[in-house]
Amino acid sequence: MEAKTLFDKIWDSHIVSSIEKGPDVLYIDRHFIHEVTSPQAFNGLKQRGIPVFRPQKTLATADHNIPTKDQHLQIRDMLSRNQVQRLSENCREYGIEFFGINHPNNGIVHVIGPELGYTLPGMTIVCGDSHTSTHGAFGTIAFGIGTSEVEMVLATQCILQPKPKKIRITVEGKLQNGVTSKDIIMYIISEISASGATGYFVEYSGSVIRELSMEARMTICNMSIEMGARGGLIAPDDITYNYLRQRPSIPGIDDIELSVKQWKNLKSDPGASFDRELEFDGGLIKPMITYGTNPGMGMAIDGSIPQSENKNSEASSSFLKSLDYMGLKPGMKLLGHPIDYVFIGSCTNGRIEDFRAFAKIIKGRKKADTVTALIVPGSKKVEEQMASEGLTEIYKNAGFEVRQPGCSSCLAMNEDKIPQGKYAVATSNRNFEGRQGPGARTLLASPLTAAAAAITGIISDPRQFFN
Amino acid sequence: MPKVKFEILKSTCVPLPFENVDTDQIIPARFLSATSREGFGDNLFRDWRYNKNGEKNSEFVLNNPAYIGKVLVAGKNFGSGSSREHAVWAIFDYGFRAVVSSFFADIFMNNALNNGLLPIVISEKLLKKLLDLIQQNPATEVIIDLEKQTFTVISTGDSVIFGINPYKKECLLKGLDDIDFLLSMKDLITGYETNKSMLK
Repeated sequence: MEAKTLFDKIWDSHIVSSIEKGPDVLYIDRHFIHEVTSPQAFNGLKQRGIPVFRPQKTLATADHNIPTKDQHLQIRDMLSRNQVQRLSENCREYGIEFFGINHPNNGIVHVIGPELGYTLPGMTIVCGDSHTSTHGAFGTIAFGIGTSEVEMVLATQCILQPKPKKIRITVEGKLQNGVTSKDIIMYIISEISASGATGYFVEYSGSVIRELSMEARMTICNMSIEMGARGGLIAPDDITYNYLRQRPSIPGIDDIELSVKQWKNLKSDPGASFDRELEFDGGLIKPMITYGTNPGMGMAIDGSIPQSENKNSEASSSFLKSLDYMGLKPGMKLLGHPIDYVFIGSCTNGRIEDFRAFAKIIKGRKKADTVTALIVPGSKKVEEQMASEGLTEIYKNAGFEVRQPGCSSCLAMNEDKIPQGKYAVATSNRNFEGRQGPGARTLLASPLTAAAAAITGIISDPRQFFN
Repeated sequence: MPKVKFEILKSTCVPLPFENVDTDQIIPARFLSATSREGFGDNLFRDWRYNKNGEKNSEFVLNNPAYIGKVLVAGKNFGSGSSREHAVWAIFDYGFRAVVSSFFADIFMNNALNNGLLPIVISEKLLKKLLDLIQQNPATEVIIDLEKQTFTVISTGDSVIFGINPYKKECLLKGLDDIDFLLSMKDLITGYETNKSMLK
């Protein structure tokens, strides 16, 4: 029997039909939707006069556009209010479960899916959002799609997709203290560039990956798109199964142990071949920070900004333009650079372990006066857990206000915008020009690095807080 | 539902000699609150077209009357970042019908093909030559023939074959709709569900 990769096993078992010299018709097990990329898709269904084919396999949330304070009040911004309202109406009309603002299950789509047991090994999962790759942490083929494809899946529960190539990224060795999964993925992207994996689907493997918790794995898979990959997955194992056993319920599954037995085959066979393989030594990874305007422009926290994007050639105009936007220069060190804002949250680092990590550093200390902090839990469940574990109290005592769940400052569709020219250390996933607000200067980092910056008011090495 | 057809396009070009142009630049997130597909062209490259005070940035190419055309020529890794299809709608609504680069991000390319905006991949070398040519002579015209898969620069005679998925090519040439195609496969889909679906 041919040795197959996990990706091929899942892909091949979901093909409804193959078009000669064309894409595959792929069946989708789970379709997540939110308010920003769905309205035009529903308009399309109305124009065609057809229903949603499988509403029970669709789950909706409001996350991108919503405020993170005073959620009990009506949304002030008219367009946002209208968009969320539209999703609510569409879900009611088409029979789709909707976790709107104030619903106890509400939150960022890629946080609530896994925590509520909707994301399961072996599934194909799509959503009109590029960070859908997050769900790959459970051993799924999960990827972001455009609104036309959202309409396709609503109409037929299928999508037309060309099959990407496969790359395996292996991380072995031992992680240093103070180095997190966020640093791992930022390191990889800085090594291969923001377009280094375009056209590929990633499988992450190796001892460093195996030892990560589910939430840490989600951070890694989340940022697969930032190296251009379609998505990334990690084969399920006991860590995955234990996480699933702890879910309050799992839709569609009565006996989890029976499913666990079936999932045992969800791994790449020995000898299975990938189109490309890369290896990294986890021991070399330090806390990371970005200095430019794409996630590939990152370096170790104690490093110096390079002279150019390639070791052997002069800096391109794009590279220099990027540094100019950031108000930084080649050769500069970032340690000690003053910052203005700190944001912890997003589908990358908005889960309970991230807030625990941040709390470890701020406990018994105070937020720097010069820093404005945005503390945004990824979901209502995370918000509740923060309170019940006493974390909210720790944040409050250190001078931090915990907000309510939403995508918030990651893409700043709501009021949580970073002002022109201000530096923000953010645990989110993109540092593009203007991403967090026109003229905003984003420095991507892990929750530990963000906490260190929040306490000191300058870019700091979080390792100094560990003995 | 019939869609836009693409056959032969002869046009002047608009040069965007920047690499890694991401979808946040093409259409900033604050403009994604719309509930229909229309009007995105107004906000194409919004934060590059307009200064903070709301005035047009005279240095940005879209505000330079010398450059008009239906073909956008951009530096490598165009369209990286978000899956927002709104980026394609903005480019199309503005009036472009093709984007030429040496490298496109995956999701953007898919979204473009689904909306009648043709993404054309040419070599880095030809891209540089073309950008230089256009900037020297804004009247530079190209011909794109989808049937023959040729991209030709009229004044120099440079002509290359570009790649495109055969299925997508046929959809674009005939104005075929993916969803009509999938809807016609309903029996196959329910058959699949009965046999193999995970959650019954």
